[in-house]
Order: sequence, then C-alpha cells, then structure tokens
Amino acid sequence: MNKNLNKIIGSLFIACLFMIGCGTDDTQTVATFNNLVAEDNFDIDGQIDTSFWNFDIGDGSEQGIPGWGNNELQFYTNRPENVTVENGFLLITAREENFNGAQYTSARLQTKGKIQQRYGRFEARIRLPFGQGMWPAFWLLGDDSDGSIWPQIGEIDIMENTGDAPTEIFGTIHGPVYSGENSISKAYTLENSRVDTDFHIYGIEWGPDYINYYIDNVLYNQITPEDVDEETDGEGEWVFNDRQFYIILNLAIGGNLPGPPNEETVFPQTMVVDYVRVYTNGVN
Amino acid sequence: MKNIKHINLKTICSLILVMIILSGCDRDLSDEAVFATFPNTADIFTDSPISLTDRFFVSFDPALGANPEAFGTDDEVAFEGNSSIRIDVPAPNDPNGSFVGGIFLDRGEGRDLTGYTALSFWAKGSITATIGLVGFGTDFGENKFAVERSNIQLSTDWRKYIVPIPDPSKLVQESGMFIFSAGGLDIIDSVPNGNEIGFTFWMDELRFENLGTIAQLRPSIFSGEDLMEQGFVGSTRLVTDLGATFNGSTGENITVVPAPSYFDFSSSNTNVAFVNELGSIEIVGEGTTTITGQLNGVLAEGSLSLEVGGAFVSADIPPSRDPADVISIFSEAYTSVTNLNFAIFNDPNVQVQTQNFNGDQIVTYENLGFVGLGWDGTNDVSTMTHLHVDVQLSSPTNPLFTVQLIDFGADNSDGGVDDTGGGFTVPSSELSEGIWVGVDIPINSFTEPTGGGFPGSPNLNNVARVAFISNGSSFVIDNIYFYRE
Repeated sequence: MNKNLNKIIGSLFIACLFMIGCGTDDTQTVATFNNLVAEDNFDIDGQIDTSFWNFDIGDGSEQGIPGWGNNELQFYTNRPENVTVENGFLLITAREENFNGAQYTSARLQTKGKIQQRYGRFEARIRLPFGQGMWPAFWLLGDDSDGSIWPQIGEIDIMENTGDAPTEIFGTIHGPVYSGENSISKAYTLENSRVDTDFHIYGIEWGPDYINYYIDNVLYNQITPEDVDEETDGEGEWVFNDRQFYIILNLAIGGNLPGPPNEETVFPQTMVVDYVRVYTNGVN
Repeated sequence: MKNIKHINLKTICSLILVMIILSGCDRDLSDEAVFATFPNTADIFTDSPISLTDRFFVSFDPALGANPEAFGTDDEVAFEGNSSIRIDVPAPNDPNGSFVGGIFLDRGEGRDLTGYTALSFWAKGSITATIGLVGFGTDFGENKFAVERSNIQLSTDWRKYIVPIPDPSKLVQESGMFIFSAGGLDIIDSVPNGNEIGFTFWMDELRFENLGTIAQLRPSIFSGEDLMEQGFVGSTRLVTDLGATFNGSTGENITVVPAPSYFDFSSSNTNVAFVNELGSIEIVGEGTTTITGQLNGVLAEGSLSLEVGGAFVSADIPPSRDPADVISIFSEAYTSVTNLNFAIFNDPNVQVQTQNFNGDQIVTYENLGFVGLGWDGTNDVSTMTHLHVDVQLSSPTNPLFTVQLIDFGADNSDGGVDDTGGGFTVPSSELSEGIWVGVDIPINSFTEPTGGGFPGSPNLNNVARVAFISNGSSFVIDNIYFYRE
C-alpha cells in the first residue's frame, strides 16, 4: 500500500516537475469557444489595419465627455509616436508632452462597426506599462447605433490595471444601476509575476446570461444575472444578451481611478499588444 | 527498515529521472560554460542560522561605537517557527556602544546566489523606528558586491522587506549574507546629538529569494546627472553616487546603492581616460571623453564629460616650519587636523570634489556660494599671526572670494551664545584663472560681518570652521593652515 502510494506520488511528482520544467504552454483550458472569427496579430510593421480598427482622437470633448468621462489627462492621437506596429506588436505609447492643451498624449483604438458581435470569446496577449497614473484597458462597449446611451448599452472591461499595482488586474461590468463606482468587479493578483514584465493573456468567454473572466490559464470569475441581482438588490438589469459589442484598447493617463502620475512616474510608457482574437462557439 | 530504504531509492530514481527530463528542456550550454560549484543555499536565518557557523555575526568595530552586545536571538518572538533575531538598539550613552550593526558572514566557501533576485526578511519593531541600513554583499574584505538599502521604516507588526539584487549573475561566490546598522530613534530634532532613544527590533525568515515581482531596473551614476568637469592628466576620480531603482510588487520604488563592480563602466575615448571595475577613472591624455555606465544591460542615467587640457600644476609646497608655529587644516606639508570635512555645510549648488596628484590632495569647489570646512575638536589660533590659503580661480570672470573663521567659544560646541565669526575678502584683482595664488591673511583681519549673522573679528581660542564665500565662481584650494612668523 505504502509502496503503491509512493509510486503514485512519485509519478505525480515527475509530471508536475515536467510541466514546470518545460514551461506552461499557451493552451487555454479555461476557454471552450474555438471558432476563430477575427484576429489581428499586428504582423505588418508601421501599419494599423484600418479594416479592423478605428482611432478615437482627442480628449473626449468632441464626444461630449471631456476627460473621457473620468477626468483623464491624455489627448489621444493616431501619430506613430503614440500608436504603431513594430516587430509584430502593437505599441500604444503614453508620452508626457504639451499637446492641444493636454499634458500627456496616448492612443485609443476601437473596432466599432468593423469587428463587433454578440457573445463570444475575446482575448488579447498584452504587456502593460507601469507607474502611478497608468490606466491601460482592454474592454468592450455595446453598440449604440440604436440611439441607446451608456450605461444602458453595457460595458465589459476584460482587463484593467492601474500602474501603481503591477501585480493586479481586474475585470468589470457596467450596466444600468451598476456603473462607475457601483460597477461589478473582481480583481486578480498574480503570484510571483507582473503585468509589466511578462505578457499575459486576458480574456472573457461570454454567452447568454454569463461572462467568464480568465487570465492565462486561470478562470478567476463568472458574472451572471444573479450576481447583478445580488449586487443591485434586484434593481440592475442584465444588458449583455441584447446587442453586439465592439473592442477598445487604450492607455489612459490619470483620471478618477488611478489618480494623476507623480514625480516617480517614468515616461514614455508603452502598452504592448501581441494579438487580439475573437472567437465564437459556432452556436450562439 | 529495509522497505523504507527501498522506497527512498525509488524516490531518488524518480528525482534523477526528473532531472534528466528537466535538463532536456534547457538550451545547450556552450563549451566555454563554467559551472559554479558553490552551494546555492537560500536561507540565512529561519529559527537558527542556516549553513553558517555560530560566529556568523561580525559586529562593526566597537572602537567606532558599535555595540556588539546588542545582537542576539529571541525564542519568545518569531514570525514563523520559534525563534528570531533580536536587536536591542542602544541609547547614545550606552557604555557598550552607541549603535548596533554588522554583517552575517558565510565563513565557508561562499554561496552561489545567481538564482535569486532579492534578499528578503520579515521585521517588526518595539516602536515605529527606522533601521538605517540593510543589505548584503559586505564581507569586511573586498566588499566587491555590496548592496545597501537605507532607512527602512519599521512597523510594530511584522512586515516583509526586500533588498533587490542589482545583477544576480555577479554573485557566483558571495560571503556577505547580510548587513545592517541601526541607531537610536530621534523624535525631537533629527540631529544626532544624544537625545535619541533605544528600541528593539526583530528579524526573521532572512533569505535570498527568486521573486518575479521585482522589475523595472533603473540604474544611475552621478545621481543621474550629466556632469561636465575639467580634468588633469595623471589624476583619478571615482564614479560616484551610484544607484539602482526597482519597482516592487506593490508598485513602490525601491532604491539601493550597488557597489561599483555591479556596473560596466565605459569611456568614449580611452586615450583620454578609462574606468576600472571599481569605478576609478584614470585620466591619461588630453582631449574629451564621456564616462557612462551600464548595470545588467541597462544604461545608467547620468554621465561625466571630462575635458582634459593637460597635467595639473600643484601649488607651491609650503615652507618647512617648526610644528609649534603651524596649525594645519589641510596640507600634506604639515600634520593636519583629523576628520576634515570639506563641506560640513554648503549651499545646494556647489560641487565639491577632492583629487589626488602624486600624493598632493586638492579640493575643488565649483559654482561656489558658500562652504564650511569642519574637523574634530576646536583649535586655539590666538598665538598665530596668519591664515594661509592657496587658491586657484577656475572660472572666467568677476570672482568673489571671502575667507571666514568661525569660533565655537568656550563651550566648544556649535550654537549657544558664545559663537563668533568674521570674514576677509581677498581682492579680486589678486585672483586670476588657472594661476595659484598664495593668500596670507593677518589673523586679526577677519573683520567683515558674516552672512550667518556674526559681526566680525571672531574670538580665536576655539576656532572650528574655515568657510569660503563666493558668487558662483569656481576654485581649486590647497594648503589651508595657520602659522606664526
């Protein structure tokens, strides 16, 4: 008995060490939607694929939300200094410079009207910037072409981070009653790794009445209409079965959530994106 | 018994198999690869010293005030397990010594620390004092890879502290496992003047770790500034003010001071100057060069641009005199005061630097507003007739050069009601760029009032400071001494 147990333990030991020794592979055991429908691997240096991406330019004033609704400090541009493709990576770079009345420049890309769908798996492999005031995000907004407005259209933040917390990311949903500070969110803390030195895969798998959040091979949260009910005392409405959502990648500076950069913040800072991929499960 | 042995053998076999599989995943090593053969033990102290002898603690020199009695272990307090290191930081008047500090020395062959990224430990204090210094790499020998982190703030509960390793690949055989130093807590005036109080702190789980959460190395030399200086053939100068800033797991920046040997220094023109691994810049030829540094492949912020015009011409050697006729502050020609500080006070913009030319030390003050020289004790110069200073103007125009004396009075200490001072301004017509001028000021000529509020004509029985005042001009100074004719 003892002998057998020992054998089993021994074998397990071998298996474990084998995996550690060779490094974890990129297989997403946490995701089951495998029908790839759109991807940008950023393969062409110096070019942003405009069949995939639109640029949001400015400080939000044109959109009627100066500071992009969060008192953010950056002016978004589509200049190569702020957004470009190099060596197979999308680089979104935040700079400290006086530009059109703002102290910082950066970039925000979105796929409205180009790549959008209801349900699916959305994931990206990203290395984030660091330092107080950084606010990178990979997120989805509901299509508002029917005239609906936020938060009724819904918002799914697949990954957000503040640069003063280099080991922590969070995934969040916003909808009516549960938006802004009352959004429904969960943080995930990396063990012995950081968001600014290593690439990590950030994703959701979204279907009728659920959104699963994962990082690398860890499924760390599921949000359902029951969670919305609980968090909002039954006041909130699940708005994620209604419409198509599109993708946004951006690097904000300052704003309500991270607070402004301080004297220790190093500029420029770059958010490095290896790929963005969208899948369906072939059913919904 | 036999059965157990059998099981162990099997486990060992499995382990060997694992090792083989593991090595299969690694890239091939080149033929030149040399394997470190020293133990890579991570733990330094858990409940007892690990792989260290009973004599692992080596105190700083008690002759300098270190208190070797203040170090011990405590079986009543532990973060984990049943014992911790206990340090009883003494009060300044403790007869056994006024501060505590020393190193944990691996008295064996040393350790291979190349697989670790940081030293870490848990600590707590009886009060929320600070530990002045923690680090590793000091072995009281070459201290070649010393790393120091200053002023860590204690909590009254256990907290984890880390000291990042600037470049682990350097630590193939390290004996300096830990260094610390702590003095009393000053809650009154932050001046080390005897009113500090002792306290106790505990440290536990002291070890090297491979933390993946320390990143964003930003090294610096010369405090991150791009300096420009004039140099002289035959002189040497150190790369100074080294730093390495890391970002820790909770987003806080941690800055340590690495020893020069962690850096790779380079000179853009080795016909003008070169730098050795200890950060010593040797100036060998005329021309210009820029000194830069790299740490672990990252270019350090800061540099030194040297403009070398030729060899340095020393000031005239002072005449030999009867020792009774001289009180020397700064000169190789006479026995001088002890522990001379070339800038015991100074304006924030002046650059102070000492250099050696064939055994002759000089001090330069660039962009001088004011600077005071201090030393141990005070001197009675009332029987002297003159103060001599050799001064060479090293900036182009409109110099101002005032020499001041400050006397501490009968209490022999800075402050109180009996301090006096006064100044003498050297006529600017006597100063000329690049030329040594020997200034001899009659001892009763320090009649000008000082910016510090003294009316002039100081007492001369307890002189404690010589100060130089200027308008942003630059000077080379040598041979400061009182004498009588």
